[in-house]
Amino acid sequence: MSETSKIEIRSLRKSFGSNEVLKSISLDVAKGGVVALIGPSGSGKSTLLRCINLLVVPDGGSVRVGDTSFAFGDGSKLPGVKTLAKFRATTGMVFQHFNLFPHMTTLQNVMEGPVTVRRMAKADAEKLARAQLAKVGLAEKADQYPATLSGGQKQRVAIARALAMEPDVMLFDEATSALDPELVGEVLNVIQQLASEGMTMVIVTHEITFAREVADRLIFMRDGVVVEEGPARQVIDNPQEAATRAFLSHFHRTGALPPANVVS
Amino acid sequence: MYQWDFGILWSYRWLFLNGLGVTVGFTVVIVILGLVFGLFGAFGTLSRFKAVRMIALTFIEAFRCTPILVQLIWFYYALPILAGIDMTPITASALALSLYGGSFYSEIIRGGIISIDKGQSEAGAALGMTPGQSMRRIVLPQAIKRMIPALMNQSIIQFKNTSLVSVLAVPDLVYQSQVAAHDSYRPLETYTAVAVAYAAILIPLTILVRRGEKRLAVGE
Repeated sequence: MSETSKIEIRSLRKSFGSNEVLKSISLDVAKGGVVALIGPSGSGKSTLLRCINLLVVPDGGSVRVGDTSFAFGDGSKLPGVKTLAKFRATTGMVFQHFNLFPHMTTLQNVMEGPVTVRRMAKADAEKLARAQLAKVGLAEKADQYPATLSGGQKQRVAIARALAMEPDVMLFDEATSALDPELVGEVLNVIQQLASEGMTMVIVTHEITFAREVADRLIFMRDGVVVEEGPARQVIDNPQEAATRAFLSHFHRTGALPPANVVS
Repeated sequence: MYQWDFGILWSYRWLFLNGLGVTVGFTVVIVILGLVFGLFGAFGTLSRFKAVRMIALTFIEAFRCTPILVQLIWFYYALPILAGIDMTPITASALALSLYGGSFYSEIIRGGIISIDKGQSEAGAALGMTPGQSMRRIVLPQAIKRMIPALMNQSIIQFKNTSLVSVLAVPDLVYQSQVAAHDSYRPLETYTAVAVAYAAILIPLTILVRRGEKRLAVGE
């Protein structure tokens, strides 16, 4: 698998002070694969996700995305800010709290990466940004400011903003956790559409039914270690570990994708 | 009962106007220079390097925690001896007031920058921005909006602080009014008029600032 994998994580370690958040984690994501990371809060799944684009710099182990790899720990030099920035430009990230830029319109939010990071001409960037907004069903909101949008719309703009960098990999950090229940569906639909287009994705989520539908692999983490890993449906429908069973018992395990109201 | 006679001040009008011009011009200079120092101070305290942070903090605390009158006198009398350079009273007081103002500005600017949610710079970083790009494009535009009322208030204080340069014989409004008071033997009228002149400039400014604050609060 490792020959074709898009993301390869090896014995990754991270501590915050004396708190060891990741204890030697390894992970592979195939090209076009969708991996869901689930687990209780404090399990380290968000930290692991943030280590993939090095928003959090690991203490040890290695991270590879595509052809770029970094090693951490004894004797290895920390990458410089320019190297890090260049690397992160190839991965898209969507945050729990959207983190849209409130001083820019929706269109400007999506154009920001292409213009500032990719040095694209304004006209080309605008064309690209409008196409991405259309893709998430928000073409008509281009000139509005984020404050005027609903949570679901904000998160779709955030996805469009990440996609405008034309990344190889998309990372979702609890993208629906801050949303009202009725707005979750429209965001999940966009993510599912990306999955069907073959985007490589790692999704930290509490939406177990969604993970079962969209992810081909599922990883259950607890206390900084991978407790169980396997095909998503198999792990959810038939968990082998007691800890996985205990965690999954908090969720309804059947049912399909939550109903979506608008994605047009 | 004291017999007020403001009419007598009319013959000193050019002296007052001259002084007012120096005061306003001086304020403009020390506000601009102060903001430059403040920007350096703020970025210094936010630096990744400990040595830079220590230098910036030392600068800020040295100027924030000593009286401006002492700084003015020190810059004019002590610094030239220590550094072996001659400074005019105007240079010495412009430098002292700019650095003093800068130390307060830098705290305002630093506060504005760190008040911006960390998620904003993270989103910039996730797009592939360098820390400098995300500061310029994402954090500062939002932070400046929040800093403006406090920066304006500090600038108003700076305007009033310029009155202290009269101790170094810089011919500002206060210095010129001293001249007028000694000449006319009418200190009550003179200093009342000076107080009114400061207020006449500052009251409209504070109203503007308050309006600006309200408008910014709506935009949040």
